[in-house]
Parts: sequence; C-alpha cells; structure tokens
Amino acid sequence: MALVEIRDVHKTFGRVEVLKGVSLDVEEGEIVTIIGRSGSGKSTLLRCINALESVDSGDIRVEGEKVHAAMRDLKKFRQRVGIVFQAFNLFPHLKVERNITLAPLLTGRIDKARARALAEDVLTRVGLADKIDAWPEQLSGGQQQRVAIARCLAMAPHLMLFDEVTSALDPELVGEVLKVMEAMAKQGMTMILVTHEMGFARNVADRIVFMHQGRVWEQGPPAKLFASPETPELASFIASSR
Amino acid sequence: MNFLPLWRYQNQLIDGAIVTLELTVIAAVAGLLIGVAGAVALKGRVTPLRWLVRAYIELFRNTPSLIQIFIVFFVLPNFGLKLPAFEAACVALSLYFGAYSVEIIRAGLDSVPKNQIEAGQCLGLSTWQVFRHILLPPALRNAYPAVTSQFVLLLLGTSLASQVATDELFHVAGFIESRTYRSFEVYAVICAVYFAMAMSFKALFAVIGAAAFRWPRRR
Repeated sequence: MALVEIRDVHKTFGRVEVLKGVSLDVEEGEIVTIIGRSGSGKSTLLRCINALESVDSGDIRVEGEKVHAAMRDLKKFRQRVGIVFQAFNLFPHLKVERNITLAPLLTGRIDKARARALAEDVLTRVGLADKIDAWPEQLSGGQQQRVAIARCLAMAPHLMLFDEVTSALDPELVGEVLKVMEAMAKQGMTMILVTHEMGFARNVADRIVFMHQGRVWEQGPPAKLFASPETPELASFIASSR
Repeated sequence: MNFLPLWRYQNQLIDGAIVTLELTVIAAVAGLLIGVAGAVALKGRVTPLRWLVRAYIELFRNTPSLIQIFIVFFVLPNFGLKLPAFEAACVALSLYFGAYSVEIIRAGLDSVPKNQIEAGQCLGLSTWQVFRHILLPPALRNAYPAVTSQFVLLLLGTSLASQVATDELFHVAGFIESRTYRSFEVYAVICAVYFAMAMSFKALFAVIGAAAFRWPRRR
C-alpha cells in the first residue's frame, strides 16, 4: 500500500475546475516533485492532501486513512503530515524556539522540560542552532524558511509537503533551503514538493509529476522525463524553464 | 482668582477621582471582555448571533451615552432591575465601551494574515489554540492603540455618571461649586485632574505596550 493514494480527484473553485481527475501514488520514502505551469493545480493538490481544501469527488488516502476536512482525527492527521508554505508563515510574536515548540507542547507531544532540547535538535538539522532565541523578523527569508521546516520536523511527520518554498526567496537564499531539503531526502523522509527549481527536481526527486490543465499529464524518473518528454506540453514547459 | 477655598474639599476631590478611576477601570475591563466575545461572535458562523452583536454595536454607538446611563438607571427598574447609581453607570459605560471594543478587536483580528491561521491548523492545533496563541496576540497589538485611545475617552466620559448622582469627580465638582461659588477655580482644578489622569494612563499604556508587545514589527 502506498503512503499517499490519490484517486480521480476533482476540485472546483467557483466555475473553474482546477483538478480534473488526478490520480497519483506516493510510496514511503519516495520524493515526488510536482512541476507545471501556474494554474495547473499543483498547489491545490498539495492543499487537498493536507485537507486544507476539500475535494469535490474522488479519494485521497494517507497511510490508508481517507482525508477530508471533516475527518474525526484531523488535528492528529495534520501532526503526521507537515506542510511548508511559500510565505514561511512563522508566528511573528514568538521567538524561534517558541515557534518550534508551540505545537508539540500544546498537542502534548512533549513536556516543557524537553521543549528546548527538541528545538535545538531540529534547528541543528537545518543549520540554525544559533538562532534559537531570535525573533522571526530578525532572520533572512532563507533562515525563516529553514525555521519553518524545523517547525514541521518538530512534529516528527511521516510525510512532508513543500509548496513552492523557494519562490519568495532572493536567488542567493534559495540554495540554503534546498540544501536542507536535500538532507531530509537523504534521511528517507517521504516528500511531495511543488517547485519551479528544475535543477533540484532533477537531482533530488525519485519521480517527477508534470501537471497540466488540472491533470497528471506525464510522470516518471527525472532523467527520462527531462531527456525525452513524451508530450509536447512537457517539452515546451522544460524548454521554457531553461 | 482664589483657589484657597477649595483646599478644605481636597478629600472629596480625591474620593471623586477614585470613583472616576473605579468606574473607568471596571467599565474598561468589562467592555474589553464584551469586545473579545463580540468580535469572536462577529467572526463566527452563527448568523443570528452575528446579527445580535451587530445590532448591539449600532445601538450603543449611535445613541448618546447619557441616555444609555439614564435607561439603565431610570428605565430598567420598571422591568424589575433596580441598580444603585454607581452600578448603573458601570453597566451603561461597560456596554458603551464594549460596543466600540468589539469593532476595534474585530479589526485587529482581521489584520492578522489568514496564512497564520492556516499555519496553526497545519500544525494540528485546535481552533481555540489557534485563536489564543496565534491570532489573539498580534490582533491585540494591532488593536492596542485604538483601545487605549478609547479608554481615555471612557475616562473623560465617566463625568456623565454625575447625572445619576454617582459621586465621581464631576459630581463632586458641582457640589464644591455650589458651596464656594468659585466656578472657574473648581472647574480649572478638575480639568487639571482629568488631564493628569489621562496623561498618566497614556504613559502607563506606553510602558505596558512596550512590555507586552516586544516582538519586532514587520519590515
């Protein structure tokens, strides 16, 4: 059984059908990168996997559990599925340590005595142990994004979703975030990424999924997909991304 | 101009100032609680409750507060609710301050980006936890300047309670004036006392604000 099973998912916003029957499996430990033009439904699909959006029809299962906004254990489910956003979304009124430990403490995952050690541990993993007492506003965009990743890691998720996490960063800050994600990939974390970083997708992903007009248009290993795309849409997308 | 005749009334003036402060603080605390509850109701999904809160806000923001005090003191006894002057003034001023606080706090809540709420939900927090730990602190910071301004207006507005014979500062001033016939001196003194209290609260709020909202502002 795949860790994530997506079957014939449809999603409409107003009159616009954003997802038109998406089906996709993600195995445990796999790194899947979703690419595609703006408006192709990549981010919506990611948000549906985390129940931030409800699907109109079709089925999404994570670890066998059907995902929907009204699911009984939604809070527990979201502790297992971390999501990192383009805009970081750190809490500006909490220092880095508290940003990381707030959810583990409030959800009873850890007690107060272990909170700082947990923050130190995850911050070390993203290379920011020295920023534990900083305010988010005192950090660069790249550092804020790494703290956002650390905050997710503190919940020990089984699956991580990344929604264009480098899109809001200055070019010189992109590398530090990608490096952290690469390290997580090597540690065996199951990851689904929506990204425009083609180099990263090519080097790190096990599989690339190309979405077009709300559908999975083409998918496969990066080397094959980039070298010999089967559809003109993907070929054109790759060409325009170079 | 002679202020000396007022000296013998210094205890009454102090007592009046204390009653004014009590009225202000009680109405402000109660009003703020109404404000938070009302703002939550306004943002909630229960439509009749939203209508009720909206009606309350419009009623209390668009009628004179003196009439509100009169209604609580003179009209409610007809319905079996008889309150002494001080308590009646407290209730009326709390409702008045609450009506403004609801809108101020609602605006504060609206000023927090929606993605903050989403980030909290994605970490597995409950609605209450998201509200208490993620939404409320920045919302209060954004609402704080307006709340403190409204507090000073409330402090000055407590003088209306004199009309139902609450022994606050303005009522005491009227009493002293009737005894001394020193209108200018009496009202100059209580003006100075109101001014001193207002400025002291402003300074206090600045200190409290700096201590409570220490995080840097967004660049």
